[in-house]
Amino acid sequence: MEIIHLLFLAFAALAVVAAFNVILQRNPIYSAIGLIVVLCSLAALFLTLNAQFIAAIQIIVYAGAIMVLFVFVIMLLNVREEEARTDRQKYLKLLAVPLFVALLAEVVVVIRYVNATPPAIPNPNTVSDPATSLGTVESLARGMFTDYVLPFEATSVLILMAIVGAMYLARRESPAEVERIEQALAADSAAETGADGSPHA
Amino acid sequence: MKDYLPILIVFIFVLGFAVTNIVLSHVIGRRKDTRAKLMPYECGMDPVGSAHQRFSVKFYLVAMLFILFDIEAIFLLPWAVVFRSLITTLSRSFVFIEMMAFIAVLFVGYVYVWKKGLFEWTRG
Amino acid sequence: MSSVLNSIDIQYVLGSLIKIALFWVFIMITVAYMVYAERRVLAVMQNRLGPNRVGWQGLLQPFADLIKFIFKEDIIPLSVNKVLYIVAPVVVLVPAMMVLIVYPFGPRSAPLPGGEMLSNMLNNLGNSLGYDWALDLRHVNLFVTNFNVGLLYIFALTSLGVYGIVIAGWASNSKYSLLGGLRSSAQMISYELALSLSVVAILIPAGTLDLVKIVEGQGGTWFGFIPKWNVLALFPAGIIAFIVYLISAIAETNRVPFDLPEAETELVAGFHTEYSALKFALFFMAEYVNMTTVSVLAAAVFLGGWQGPLVGSYPWLGFVWFIAKVFFFLFLYIWLRGTLPRFRYDQLMNFGWKILLPAALVNIVLAAVLGVIFL
Repeated sequence: MEIIHLLFLAFAALAVVAAFNVILQRNPIYSAIGLIVVLCSLAALFLTLNAQFIAAIQIIVYAGAIMVLFVFVIMLLNVREEEARTDRQKYLKLLAVPLFVALLAEVVVVIRYVNATPPAIPNPNTVSDPATSLGTVESLARGMFTDYVLPFEATSVLILMAIVGAMYLARRESPAEVERIEQALAADSAAETGADGSPHA
Repeated sequence: MKDYLPILIVFIFVLGFAVTNIVLSHVIGRRKDTRAKLMPYECGMDPVGSAHQRFSVKFYLVAMLFILFDIEAIFLLPWAVVFRSLITTLSRSFVFIEMMAFIAVLFVGYVYVWKKGLFEWTRG
Repeated sequence: MSSVLNSIDIQYVLGSLIKIALFWVFIMITVAYMVYAERRVLAVMQNRLGPNRVGWQGLLQPFADLIKFIFKEDIIPLSVNKVLYIVAPVVVLVPAMMVLIVYPFGPRSAPLPGGEMLSNMLNNLGNSLGYDWALDLRHVNLFVTNFNVGLLYIFALTSLGVYGIVIAGWASNSKYSLLGGLRSSAQMISYELALSLSVVAILIPAGTLDLVKIVEGQGGTWFGFIPKWNVLALFPAGIIAFIVYLISAIAETNRVPFDLPEAETELVAGFHTEYSALKFALFFMAEYVNMTTVSVLAAAVFLGGWQGPLVGSYPWLGFVWFIAKVFFFLFLYIWLRGTLPRFRYDQLMNFGWKILLPAALVNIVLAAVLGVIFL
């Protein structure tokens, strides 16, 4: 065992612990922070697997951009601590068990039966050309802009769709719609105040 | 992979420094709590209402658009890195056009967002 | 377990640690005297004296400030979320300082004065402890490390710095803090886009993300007298990229004229309103380290880093050139602060999204056109 394997195991363990933190915390902001830790340790895992570019992207896009949105929403919508209330959808809990088993089975199958030979990780002690060695920006970009041009171009359309979608989500409602939503919200908060006795100020 | 090991070293080093500071401040600094000191600062007045209020939806939209354009930047960076070596091996126009097509599609999105008035920060 | 220990290159780890410590001390001194210089220079610009009492011309002022920070009362207001309130300054400072390992202070393998003696001493020490050391310190790299994704490493850490600010603003449970944190983070993410896109135009001639290699690629001259700096490459794309970079870098670090997050006339102190003592000092340090980082990037990516006259024969001169360039940008920050008024928030967001972002994008197209023709 070398130090790199030890680091892999350490970060894998950190990722799992932080992931448990995400689902077990009642305060959504702690969950979000847990998720950021998960994403950062995944980046470290990528690094131990010699995927340097992916590791950097993992932090920049997931931890640095997507999670910022999550944190914004949690903080600004003033989401409070989730209260221990009776679950309305009990069947979801039961559904979780078979889904978990299915996922686990999938992982086992992949590990056991898919035996692709892993690409050779270059010897860290020899300096190699970044254009040909594995996991560098150069080698990844070469693939992306030569053999995989079509998926790359399709990505632009995907992002365009996301832009339009984001704008649609934030569109201004018609006055009638606004009134309908406000009434629904008022009714909901009245019901909650009645249920646990404390007003949600 | 050896070149990346200093990341871990510097992380531990800097974390140690930061935590030492926090602890030092807690241990050495004298503490004398008074009611006024323990209140959130609001220009000498007693705080009015909760600090946590709802904010303009524009902040979420900015965050969402940031994600999308950030992803665009992520594609542009490696392209620029291999630009020089690719134009010598592939045809020059191919390397140029493939990225221009990508930028053009996203520019349409950018214009759409502009026309929808998201960048008019003062408009509700 | 012993195999794990054997696989660790102790010489490398120790060497990196010593370099990190040395460069860290250098950065800390820079930060301390940057604060002092800012106060003195601003004072001169505003026709007053500034701090000149502690030591000759006030040169010991930073140490007096440090002692003051240590002995100040560490207030934790009752209404804060205690855990996040304490963690926030750490989250701001750690990513800011982690960047220093890729600062390209100078060229590879510069001769170390007294290096032979030092390596002999250390080797003897190692051998007497039972290690088989064969250190060679006659030549040292004037940077801690360099790797394939150096620039992305900096971008990644910068993007993580946002959390500390948001968390500080939120955990403080104060209106000014929350508004400041919110403004700050929205501003940072908006200008981060222009920042990374402006660099793309430069990567077309540079062709690598490794900072050391970017600097090495800028050696030599065009026509014998124009330095081969990236800012002049693919003219005028390089210059436009540089201007966009500079503006967004100043906004990214929340400095004048983009210092809205801590606009003292409206927000008291922004996200760190509720912080005192060393916790406040950590935010302060992080801000100045971030300023150093963007100045380092400006110098290394655009202005040739350590490249300059006579570096070929005297590698240590590269260190001097590099520091001179970085200090120029740090001075620029002070100069701007003494000169410019503050933007209004809507102007700030409009400027970032409507002018800088499209300018950076169009500049990439321009650079690509010029690149196809000339490279």
